[in-house]
Amino acid sequence: MSALDTRAATTIEATDAADGRRTSRRRPRRPEEGLIPGARRGTFWLYLVPGLALLALIVVVPLLWNIYLTFTSYRGIRPPEWIGLENWADLMADRVFWTSFGNSIAMILAMVIVPTLLGLLLAAMLFDLIGRKFGGRLASFLRATYYLPQILPAVIAAVVIGWILRPQNGALNQVLEGIGLGELSHNWLGSPDTALPSLMVIMVWVQLGYPIVIFMAALQRVDPELYEAAELDGANWFQRFRAITMGMIRPEIFVVTLTCTIAALKVFGPVFALTGGGPGTATMVPAYYAYSEFFQSARVGYGATIATALTVVIAAVSVLFILAQHRMEKKEEGR
Amino acid sequence: MTTIARELDPEHRDVELPTDAAPARRPRRDLRSRRGGGPTRRTPGDWVVLVVAIVLGFFIAVPFLLILINSFKSPADYNSSGPLTLPTEFYFDGIVRFWERVDFPAKLWNSVFISGLVAVFAVLLSMLNAFALGIGRVKGRLWIVVVILLANMLPQEVLLYPLYFMFKQVGLYDNQWAVIIIFTVIQSAFGTYLLASVYSTFPRELLEAASLDGASRWQILWRVVFPISRPTLSVLLIFFFIWTWNEFLIPLTFLVSNATQTVPVAITVLQGDRLMDVTTTSASALLGLIPTLIFFLIFQRTLTRGITAGAVK
Repeated sequence: MSALDTRAATTIEATDAADGRRTSRRRPRRPEEGLIPGARRGTFWLYLVPGLALLALIVVVPLLWNIYLTFTSYRGIRPPEWIGLENWADLMADRVFWTSFGNSIAMILAMVIVPTLLGLLLAAMLFDLIGRKFGGRLASFLRATYYLPQILPAVIAAVVIGWILRPQNGALNQVLEGIGLGELSHNWLGSPDTALPSLMVIMVWVQLGYPIVIFMAALQRVDPELYEAAELDGANWFQRFRAITMGMIRPEIFVVTLTCTIAALKVFGPVFALTGGGPGTATMVPAYYAYSEFFQSARVGYGATIATALTVVIAAVSVLFILAQHRMEKKEEGR
Repeated sequence: MTTIARELDPEHRDVELPTDAAPARRPRRDLRSRRGGGPTRRTPGDWVVLVVAIVLGFFIAVPFLLILINSFKSPADYNSSGPLTLPTEFYFDGIVRFWERVDFPAKLWNSVFISGLVAVFAVLLSMLNAFALGIGRVKGRLWIVVVILLANMLPQEVLLYPLYFMFKQVGLYDNQWAVIIIFTVIQSAFGTYLLASVYSTFPRELLEAASLDGASRWQILWRVVFPISRPTLSVLLIFFFIWTWNEFLIPLTFLVSNATQTVPVAITVLQGDRLMDVTTTSASALLGLIPTLIFFLIFQRTLTRGITAGAVK
């Protein structure tokens, strides 16, 4: 979930682009030839054997197996028993499952929408104003500060905030009492009304640094002459920001929203560390629900169904994002 | 070359933050550049923005500061003077108690052992795959890359139970090698994608020269490709190490006994334990964040570049 975890939003298009460029290099060359001359390409397969064998063993087989389990009733002891679509039917009628996806939307709000909007604003502020008028060192220092929560494992970040929100003698409650607002002190993560909002605040805190770092790097590409021209035409800061900056760094905005949305759908560690999905199902998320079905309720077939549903959602979201990005680029070229 | 590949290219290592594909053609704006040069005017509005930015930075840093000062307080001190004051005297019992309770050096070693081996194995595997895909350009490489990328995007829950069952069958459950094997595959999926695009633009002349000198493929890989791409490989090594260090779900599931656990797992499973008083819990959070803070300080430039490299297509 930290930026380092979200990995790169690596799209196939990058490979395509690289391929296209390669074939049009100076040296005329059959496109299907390897880079080492005279060598038959077939034997290069040998180098793929360990990688592909391990990939099959650790990813492909378990994935197919998991899909098979969704059609079975399996409690981990006796062999799985085929029950057809029963798990899927149960899932569609399962209140907890829909609650967990509702909470995923809350996570998307906290991990994608708020950090991206705030990140845009802060990155522009640091880059344009503070970097320019107060020096780059200060801007870099502030950027590093905003990024601090991102370097921790997500669970440790959750443990840090969990400590502050402790019910009896947590720092937040103590401070509230200290300034005479004792009646506001609360069991933040333990009561149904504040558990989810508290978790959301934590995730905003964790996530904010990632878009800031990416957007600040992207802003370096924006040509200052464009800004100066717009300034001469009388555009104010916000107009310039919307018309120029947003247009130029749109690829980064896409990638940040995609990687963060996937991370938001996958949230597990903080929920495990702080609430266990509770109280009740107030902070239940699909990843934790699947985990608890596997290892606490021992309903393996059903847990597999939840995990598969989550995978389908993530795949669908990724495809939609990439299609949208593709269409935008096409439109851009058509202009 | 894709931008990602470029970022990890040794020639560009001194660039602190990535720029676009043709930095020379465009005037660069970096944090230090000032339009027009000379001293800039600072309006009151600028000062307001600065104060807002600093206050926000302070709020983001506050949890770290609170953990830091309260880890060195006795519970009595905490209860009487609250979380905001500095400790009246340095109290190390909380840290010492937690350190001994979880046998922290052993947990550190577990994390280093697992993350270190994963990093080395995953880099080797990525290199072999990328050699075939990027330099050998085997048939169907696009599809292979697609499958490999999918492996990286899947939620781990979908692999969890079958892997749990498989490793239990072969007697590797609650064994660090299970985690090492799984993460070697998952990390190398990303590494393969990235290295394949780096290798696809490998200087052809070098490969031809080596081939004319009669070097076999295996020799070309180790004597030409490996040394030249070493800077990229070392960046991958650092990423894989830290990513594996930060992993939670699979280590939590596979490493159930105390002796095998990693730092994040050991700290998380003890939260809410009745024997943990308020400042000991704070100390546990402190011990959890120190290692990653150290990595960040050591590898800051590499990491920042990697984060942005990953995002810029």
